[in-house]
Amino acid sequence: MKYLLILPLCLLAAPLAAQSTTPSDLIANYTAEAGVAASAERGQALFTASHTGGKPDTPSCTTCHGADPRAAGLARTGKPIEPLAPLANPERLTDLKFVEKWFGRNCNSVLGRDCTSAEKADVIAWLSSL
Amino acid sequence: MIKTPILAAVAMAFAGSAFADEMEYMPPVTHAATLEECSACHMAYPAGFLPAQSWRVMMTTLEDHFGENAGLDEETRAEIEAYLVANAGRDLSGDGAVPQRISELPWFRHEHEEEVSKRQFEKAKSWANCNACHERAEQGIFEDD
Ligand code: HEC
Ligand code: HEC
Ligand code: HEC
Repeated sequence: MKYLLILPLCLLAAPLAAQSTTPSDLIANYTAEAGVAASAERGQALFTASHTGGKPDTPSCTTCHGADPRAAGLARTGKPIEPLAPLANPERLTDLKFVEKWFGRNCNSVLGRDCTSAEKADVIAWLSSL
Repeated sequence: MIKTPILAAVAMAFAGSAFADEMEYMPPVTHAATLEECSACHMAYPAGFLPAQSWRVMMTTLEDHFGENAGLDEETRAEIEAYLVANAGRDLSGDGAVPQRISELPWFRHEHEEEVSKRQFEKAKSWANCNACHERAEQGIFEDD
C-alpha cells in the first residue's frame, strides 16, 4: 500500500529533479563506486597540495578556490568564485551534472587526469566537514 | 603613388572612429547555453567582439582554453559555436586573421592605452575582466561613465 502511494510521487518528481543531489548522496555514490570509505583528511591533502601533472598555470585547487573553501576564491581572470564549502554556500554540491563537469575540468587542469571516484568522495567529505 | 598611403590613412582613421562609436554598445549574450557556460570563469563576452573564424577555432580548442580546460559535451559545444558564429563581428583585419583575445585587438589597445590607471588595472587583474572596469559590460555598455 505504501509503495503504491510513493511510486507515482517518484515518477512525478524524477524528471524535474533528475540532476539534483546532496553532498551526502554524492559521497555515498562515489564511495560505492570506489569501494573504499571517504576520508576528509585525504580530501584536504589533495585539495591543498601543489601538483605537477596538470597545466602550468594551475598547480593546485587552491590556485582558484583559495586555501579556505569557506571563503570566496578568485579565478585567474579576476572573477570571484563563490565559496565551495556547502555550509558557506548551500548551492554547492547539489547538482550532479555541475559537480561532474567541474571535477572533469578542474582535475584535468590541476592533475592532468580525471579524479577517481575515491578522490571525489574524499574532497566532498572534506568540503562538507568544514 | 603618393595618394595611396594618404587615402589609406584617411580611410583607416575614419573606419577607426566609426568603429569606436559603434563599440560603446555591443549587444550582450542572450543565448541561454552561452550565458550559462561562458560566464563561469569570466563574463560572457559579446559575440560581436570577435569574427566568426575566431569563434570557430576557440570552440574546437576548449580543452586548452588559455591554459584551462573549458571542455563541453558535444551538443552544448555545437549549439554555442552556432550562436557565436551567427552573431560574430566583422573581420576587421581583412586578412582572415584568427585572433583569440579581444584584449589584443588593435582597437582594444588603442581604446585602453593611456586610459587606464595602474591602480585600476591592478584591481581588475586582467584585461579579460571587462566588467571590473565597465560596470555595465554585462548589459553590453562600454562607453565612458
Ligand atoms: C582554474 C581555476 C580553478 C581551479 C584550479 C580549480 N577550480 Fe574548481 N571551479 C572553478 C570554477 C570557475 C568553478 C565553477 C564556477 C562556480 O561554480 O563558481 C569551479 C567549480 C568547482 C566545483 C563545483 C562545486 C559545485 O557543486 O558548485 C568543484 C567540486 C570544484 N570546483 C572542485 C575543484 C577541485 C577538487 C580542484 C582541484 C583538483 C579545483 N576545483 C580546481 C575554478 C577552478
Ligand atoms: C574554466 C574556465 C573558463 C571557461 C568555462 C571559459 N573560459 Fe574563456 N577564458 C578563461 C581564461 C582563464 C581566459 C584567459 C583570461 C586572462 O588572460 O585573464 C579566458 C579568456 C577568454 C577570451 C579572451 C579574453 C580576452 O583577453 O580578450 C575569450 C574570447 C573567451 N575566454 C571566450 C570563452 C567562451 C566563448 C567560453 C564558453 C564556451 C569560455 N570562454 C569559457 C577561462 C574560461
Ligand atoms: C582595467 C580597466 C579596464 C578593463 C579590464 C577593460 N576596460 Fe575597456 N575601457 C577602460 C577605459 C578606462 C576605457 C576608456 C574610457 C571609456 O570609454 O570608458 C575603455 C574603453 C573601452 C571601449 C571603448 C568605449 C567607447 O566609448 O567607444 C570598449 C569597447 C571597451 N573598453 C571594451 C572592453 C572589453 C570588451 C573589455 C574586456 C575584454 C575591456 N574593455 C576591459 C577600462 C577597462
